[in-house]
Order: sequence, then structure tokens, then C-alpha cells
Amino acid sequence: MAILVIAEHDNATLKLDTAKVVACAQAVGSEVDVLVAGHNCSAAADSAKQLAGVRQVLVADSAVYANAIAENLSQLIVSVASEYQYILAAASSVGKDVLPRVAALLDVAQISEVVEVVSEDTFVRPIYAGSAMATVQSLDAIKVMTVRASAFDAVAQDGSASVQTLDNEYSGDVEFVSQTLSESERPDLGAASVVVSGGRAMGSAENFAILEQLADKLGGALGASRAAVDAGYVPNDLQVGQTGKIVAPDLYIAVGISGAIQHLAGMKDSKVIVAINKDPEAPIFQVADYGLEADLFEAVPKLLELI
Amino acid sequence: MKVLVPVKRVVDANVKVRVNADNTNVDTANLKMAINPFCEIAVEEAVRLKEAGIATEIVVASIGPKASQEQLRTAMALGADRGIHVETEEELAPLSIAKILNAIQANEQAQLIMLGKQSIDGDNNQTGQMLAALAGLPQATFASEVKVEGEQLVVTREIDGGLQTLKMPLPAIVTTDLRLNEPRYAKLPNIMKAKRKPLDTVTVDSLGVTLKQHQKVLKVTPPAERQAGIMVASVEELVEKLKNEAKVI
Repeated sequence: MAILVIAEHDNATLKLDTAKVVACAQAVGSEVDVLVAGHNCSAAADSAKQLAGVRQVLVADSAVYANAIAENLSQLIVSVASEYQYILAAASSVGKDVLPRVAALLDVAQISEVVEVVSEDTFVRPIYAGSAMATVQSLDAIKVMTVRASAFDAVAQDGSASVQTLDNEYSGDVEFVSQTLSESERPDLGAASVVVSGGRAMGSAENFAILEQLADKLGGALGASRAAVDAGYVPNDLQVGQTGKIVAPDLYIAVGISGAIQHLAGMKDSKVIVAINKDPEAPIFQVADYGLEADLFEAVPKLLELI
Repeated sequence: MKVLVPVKRVVDANVKVRVNADNTNVDTANLKMAINPFCEIAVEEAVRLKEAGIATEIVVASIGPKASQEQLRTAMALGADRGIHVETEEELAPLSIAKILNAIQANEQAQLIMLGKQSIDGDNNQTGQMLAALAGLPQATFASEVKVEGEQLVVTREIDGGLQTLKMPLPAIVTTDLRLNEPRYAKLPNIMKAKRKPLDTVTVDSLGVTLKQHQKVLKVTPPAERQAGIMVASVEELVEKLKNEAKVI
């Protein structure tokens, strides 16, 4: 049962998601390899070698893989696919972009957002924004899956895998133009143990400053509901929900968020949920461990004072 | 330039679905159905390209039961020119949908194929990428801005942590994200006009596509319910609970 995990990284650092996908892979079988495809990505490859229980790290270091272009990466993955019965990646923007392309090239289906391994061919995944859980049995010889990283605990980093270099360079018609990444000192939304999220009731981009202070005080990340993103209060990459980020931190503080099902889909697996909202009927209170019916502009400054 | 926009009939985004009694699927009987919101954004973007004089024809396609024609009519009321309905009662996996769309594209030879990034029922987020692979076309997923510059397409994509801009030759495949546009409402005269626009119905067999079964859904169950929480009366009580009961701060 050889399993290939596609590493999630930015060349310099390996994302924690990779260690979580490796944990999912190890629930399937023990022969787990990790592919690090990037450019000047030796630091990320070195981290991948340390993931506990990983057999081998495949490294493809080339300018064609610098920006995780789906055409290029999918051809690279297909070129090594015959060695594997499983190909896994995090359900990140890269994994979601690349893996379906790999699956179609291999003429197999993909199972998206796996949250549980039932057996070697059977997996659980949420459907309808998490309103239902589907248990799916794959009939394909190669199982291609994206993994919801937040559903798995990261493996330790005390391993020492061997390294194999891949020289194949695949490229296509797609040209990289530019990339703008939000600069933030805060932890990554998907990896943070505390997430402080704001909704439409924040009222403006400026008002998000108090949530930033709260996030910083708790060493957490900032998130938002779709309504807050659509209103332009915060950038799109902060959106938590069905079609944004799926998070499961130890503590999730929802401020001024009503709790539409699409938002709940992105955070309801958090360990402890706090909701602050002045509408006692807000659906967010139905999933909150601690609900506080209050005006956020009074409650949040007070919270900042007391913690 | 011809634009092909596949659309899916799904349970309306505002309806909460429940698992059926025998745990085989969700119960969709008598629920309000709608065009998948991401597909609607794709239709809107195609219509804007036509209004800008870039697109000349918009073809919408849907694969599903007879009732899917309602969503094709909706898309035509928004501005699409004609519809193709591939009638099937089977619930098909994204790879099968992509194979059918690939056969449609082989006939239509569209320069741009615009799809929603995911449907809000299956939440698979696969079809556009799979179609791109099968058709051998470049892809730009999760688009928040689409510009046609001559024979080239420039797309800004929503990625984890920010935005990425890619450039690729046409024909190409785009999947839409939420921030690409805000779809218009269909006006009554356009809804009436849409009823007279051409709509072809075809079968999977007539397209020459052979499908296989890739997976079985063994069961569909409700998600684990969260334990009901408590309401606290003050910020002081909240902090006390978080410190001493939940021990998370």
C-alpha cells in the first residue's frame, strides 16, 4: 500500500497541513512518501524528511514548479503515480486545484475533503456544507483524495526519511504573472490554536482592529464570515466557511456573526466555541459552548481588558 | 468568442437539508431547487463578457433530470443564448460529468468554458479541473477577476493567503469564486424571452460517452451534534469559564 502525499509548502517552510495529511495517510497504510515540488525548496524538503513515519521524500526542484501551477504539477504527479495506490493532498487551494486534474488524467474519481478513514477503500466526507456525512467506498485502483487537514492531528517531526530527486520538468501554456500574499505576523488561519472571527456586525474595516488586538493577545489568527469579506472589511483569504477556510482550533471566538450554515460548516468542529452577538436568536448560539448576548463594541474591549 | 457555461441544479442555498430515514442520501423531495450559486456567477461573468463585446455566444449546459431545464431557462433569462440539456436520472460523479462536458465541448469548440468552482450539494470542487485535464486545456480555478486580452486570458485567483494572477492562451477553463461578480436578477421580460430560446435535449449515449462507476456511497448520516452550550451573563463570567472550565486561555 504505497501512498504519495503532496506536500503543502512555500518553498521555505513546510505547512503544518502536510503533517496532518501524513497522519491521514498513515491511517490507510505504512508506506508513505511525500512529494515536495517547488523551486529552491530544499528547506521545505528537509522538514518533510523529519515527518514521523515517512519512508521517502521525493524532491522536484525546478522553476516550473515555483508557483504550484496545476498543469505542471499534475503532469509531475502522474509521472510517478504508477508506483502508488493512493495520492493524497490537503484540501488547500493548491490541493483542490491540482488533484482533480491528476485524477482525471489517471481516469479515476477523486474523494474530496476526507475527514475519516474507515478502511483502506472507505472514507467519510462531508456533503451539503457538512449537513450530512457521506461514507464513500472507492472502486478505483488508485485512490486520489484531498484531506481536510483540520480533521487529523499532525504527526511528530522526529523522522529521518531518505530523499529521491526527480528531474522531470513538466510545463505547459500557463504563465505566472504575480502573487500578492497577505503579510501577517499572526499564525496561519488553518494552523492557529485560537481563531477570532468577525461578521457583518463589525460594521467597518477599521472596527476589525479590536478583533486584531484580541487575536494578538491570544496568539491567534483572524477570521471572518462571508458577509464581512463581501462588505470589504477584510481580505478574502480570511473567510471561514463552506467555500473558504475550514478550521478546527482549540478556541473559536465568533463576534457579530449570525451563524449561517455556510459559516458553521467552516468552524463547527472547533473544540470550544464562543459567540458574542446582540441577537439572542442568532443561530451561532446553537453551536456555541459559551454564548454572550451583548453589544460587541462593549464586550470585546472588556474581554481585552480581562484576559 | 463562444463561451460554454455548465450549470447545476441544486437545493437552494438557504434550505437546510436533512438525511433521509434509511440513511442512503439527503432528503431532497419537495425542497426549493435553484441554479448552483457558483454556476450563476459563471453565467453572470459570461453575460458581462458578451455585454463588453468580447463574447458573441453563450451556451449553457446542464446534466441531470428533466427539471434541470428550469435552471437552463434561468441562465437564459440572465442572458445565455441557448441551452443543452443532457437528460439523466443518475447521480453522476464529477469525473463522469467532466467526460460528458468534454464531449459537448468537442462539438461546441468554445473558446472559454466557465464553471462554478464547486456545487453546494456535493462540495466536490472537481469538475472544472477534470474537464481541463480531459480537454487538454489550461485552467484558472477560483477566479476573482477574468480579463480577456486578445487571444490570452488573464485571471486573478483566490488562493490561501492571498491572490495569484495567471496568464494563459485561449481556449481555457475558468472556475469562479464568490468575489468574481454579483449576479443580476432576471427581469420579467427576459424570463419570458428565455422560454423561446433554443434548448436541445440529448442523452449521454448520443454523445458517445461511456461512463463507469468509480465509487459507492455506503451511507449518508447526520453529522455529530454539538452538545448544547450555555449562555453566560457577562464578560467576567465568560473569562472565568474559559480559564477554569474550558481551560483554553
